[in-house]
Amino acid sequence: MDLKEKLLSSYLVFEDHVDMDTHIHNLRNDAIKIFEEKGFPTKKEEDWKYTSLNKILKEDYSVFPKQENAIEYNDVKKYFIHDIDSYKIVFIDGKYSSHLSQTTHDGMDICLMSAAFTKPKYRLVIENYFNKAASKDSLSSLNTAFSSEGAYIHIPKNKLVEKPIQIIHFSTGNEAATMLQPRNLVVVDENSHVQIIERHQSLTSNAVLTNSVTEIFANKRAIVDYYKIQNDNSNASLIDNTFIKQKQESVASVHTFSFGGKLTRNNLNFYQEGERIDSTLKGVTIIGDNQHVDHNTLVHHIEPNCESHQDYKGIFDENSTGVFNGKVVVEKEAQKTNAFQANNNILISDKATINTKPQLEIFADDVKCSHGCTIGQLDESALFYMQSRGIPKKEAKALLMYAFSNNVLNSVKIPEMKQRITKIIANKLGVNLGFDL
Amino acid sequence: MSKYTEDDLREELKTKEYEYGFYTDIESDTFPIGLNEDIVRAISLKKGEPEWMTDWRLEAFKAWKEMTEPEWANVHYKKPDFQAISYYSAPNSKPKYNSLDEVDPELLATFAKLGISIDEQKKLSNVAMDVVIDSVSVATTFKKTLGEKGIIFMSISEAIKKHPELVKKYLGTVVPQKDNFYAALNSAVFSDGSFCYIPKGVRCPMELSTYFRINQAGTGQFERTLVIADEGSYVSYLEGCTAPSRDENQLHAAVVELIALDDAEIKYSTVQNWYPGNAEGKGGVFNFVTKRGLCEKNAKISWTQVETGSAVTWKYPSCVLKGDNSVGEFYSIAVTNNYQQADTGTKMIHLGKNTKSTIISKGISAGKSQNSYRGLVKISPNADNARNFSQCDSLLMGNECGAHTFPYIEAKNKTAKIEHEATTSKIGEDQIFYCNQRGIDTEKAIALIVNGFSKEVLNKLPMEFAVEAQKLLEISLEGSVG
Repeated sequence: MDLKEKLLSSYLVFEDHVDMDTHIHNLRNDAIKIFEEKGFPTKKEEDWKYTSLNKILKEDYSVFPKQENAIEYNDVKKYFIHDIDSYKIVFIDGKYSSHLSQTTHDGMDICLMSAAFTKPKYRLVIENYFNKAASKDSLSSLNTAFSSEGAYIHIPKNKLVEKPIQIIHFSTGNEAATMLQPRNLVVVDENSHVQIIERHQSLTSNAVLTNSVTEIFANKRAIVDYYKIQNDNSNASLIDNTFIKQKQESVASVHTFSFGGKLTRNNLNFYQEGERIDSTLKGVTIIGDNQHVDHNTLVHHIEPNCESHQDYKGIFDENSTGVFNGKVVVEKEAQKTNAFQANNNILISDKATINTKPQLEIFADDVKCSHGCTIGQLDESALFYMQSRGIPKKEAKALLMYAFSNNVLNSVKIPEMKQRITKIIANKLGVNLGFDL
Repeated sequence: MSKYTEDDLREELKTKEYEYGFYTDIESDTFPIGLNEDIVRAISLKKGEPEWMTDWRLEAFKAWKEMTEPEWANVHYKKPDFQAISYYSAPNSKPKYNSLDEVDPELLATFAKLGISIDEQKKLSNVAMDVVIDSVSVATTFKKTLGEKGIIFMSISEAIKKHPELVKKYLGTVVPQKDNFYAALNSAVFSDGSFCYIPKGVRCPMELSTYFRINQAGTGQFERTLVIADEGSYVSYLEGCTAPSRDENQLHAAVVELIALDDAEIKYSTVQNWYPGNAEGKGGVFNFVTKRGLCEKNAKISWTQVETGSAVTWKYPSCVLKGDNSVGEFYSIAVTNNYQQADTGTKMIHLGKNTKSTIISKGISAGKSQNSYRGLVKISPNADNARNFSQCDSLLMGNECGAHTFPYIEAKNKTAKIEHEATTSKIGEDQIFYCNQRGIDTEKAIALIVNGFSKEVLNKLPMEFAVEAQKLLEISLEGSVG
């Protein structure tokens, strides 16, 4: 039985179990129909031209993990940014782990989707926001159909969340192959500010496929900083669908750091529904082996006087493949838009591949839009310069690569997070950079 | 013979008699509408083609039947009904109008602006000629000069008969029959086109142009061009003409194949100004063209195009850089106004080592038009030290038009160096103000700015062409300033 059929029949079982109001139920039913009709995307679709899911769909994934697992904090401490105080929402094999988590209802809600779905006091928020930003593509729909757990974050007006929120999904691998479908909802009201760090981590080498959907709503003058750390082990695949709706004068940024995983696909969509909005999309990808990372971004400029900044850096070694598909749409009404897009890539090995497609679709005339894209190598003369001054080649290379990705790192606003990323990069490059930030 | 210029030709056209060349042997008849194997056979028979050619066409037809019309391009139009078209009609030898007074005055005004002589105007708008011109003798003069150098330049149907070995060897090698929907259709039913062969080490002394080959005007909607530059040769080939052509055929699906053997160079320039439809977007030509060139060792192919016409343009002149050290270039200006839609760009396929490609694309959109650049740069694993530079600039006039870029970049070699940049902007108010201040009116100022914007590409056109193309840009954008 292939995965599609398995999911469809599992849905029938799942549907009976979930005890929810009709609103959500209808959404689910519609969503599963979309998935049934469209199926998993294939390379024939323009958006999936360079990424094939065939390999990862072959596994016999178990859709509902049977047994619950407990993990000791000390075993997984290294996956947290543990040197700062933070809120934590932790899931183990898709199930909420209360002893690893630290949630709150004090003046704001940092809790669970399962609670939000069932408790009447969240009803209004769910009705207003749930599934309002997610697109109707097959994978997001699949997630909607099965959505039951994830992080629910609602920050009311004029609130500065002083601690970052960490959302971590662990998979323990007690089944040969697991499919997870977390669903997150983040609503940030007027003038509020929140920082969120998201990470998916599998603890064994069993196969994991995560199809995650995150909806983020940044209302008037809200500030949202979202960081994704993708450094999973080599049998874990991630399809990350993130949708961000921004209202006027809000500022949102998403930083994606992709270092691990077998196949990673990031669908990142920004919709600017107000004036004077600022959106930032940045990413660093450093991969090797047979890894595949695909960044698919969309910035939709709908209203005038907005800005968007995209900066994606990639370093590809061994047999790895990188894809960047960035799209900027400027609607007719969106005059005075400034949209910038940059994608720089370095190929280290002869077998690595990079496919990039930076797209602009512009319908307004008074705009400044540009995109730049480069593919190149490390500067030989710079390497020589450093080597001639006693820096070993490996370190010299690492320094250059680090410098190459520094632009993206510089806009990370949590110092501990920046430090952590630097360490991961150094680790990835197999060197000790000899400095901390 | 010294260099033969367009003025000489014009002079000659005025004085010579026109006998409609070899069209006389073809009866003015039209095939029944629709497309099937019999029609393909009939076309082949009509043209007196050898059997291998008929088979070749049939093979293409078979492939075409299996294919579906591509929908990925960023253009919207009502799909032509391929069974409602007549696939063969002998060139229209009967004049459509009796005098110039009957011709659309707008068209005549355009002619006047382009500085086209009355006789030529009549010819272009299909008016009966007072002065009859003998284009055959013109062609002969040319053929003599070319013949001395061993250059073969003739219609492709003639070449199929006279030089079957060359046609057989090269036809379909760059654009295979099954390449895409329109290429397959063209392969099955192509009516005529040009064939050109430059022997080893020969530098073609003049710009070869379909424009000169007047007896080939109206080769119909399915044109096939094959240009072969043998080792060490050079040729510059011009296609199209700046004067607007009103063509009754709505669908055009041409195929152009260029083959540059070792050390050869081909420069292919196009000015396309087919009927774009009226200001409301009614009518107009659908232009679906497949153009591709193959470069062997040290060879160079350079495409230059000025696209101002057609309601829908779908065109990607490409270079396959197969040989080491080969070079591909693409320079393009695409102007769209009113309801025109253009989806154009290039493909640079780097296969050989040390291959280089340059892409300069300038898109200008005005009115309610949509202008897209779509390009592919592909570096294969063996293409060491490949180098590409792409630049796509778009200029938007008015807030109802759109400019889009879809660059695809695929690199599989670590030594590749690729740069791509694109910008979109409008004409600065300060620039216009500056011109106004100095007594240049707004319309002229815009022409000036557009001209500067497209200079990089215009410079690549052969001289006479460049002057006309420049005028053409001005005319195409007339009235788009609001």
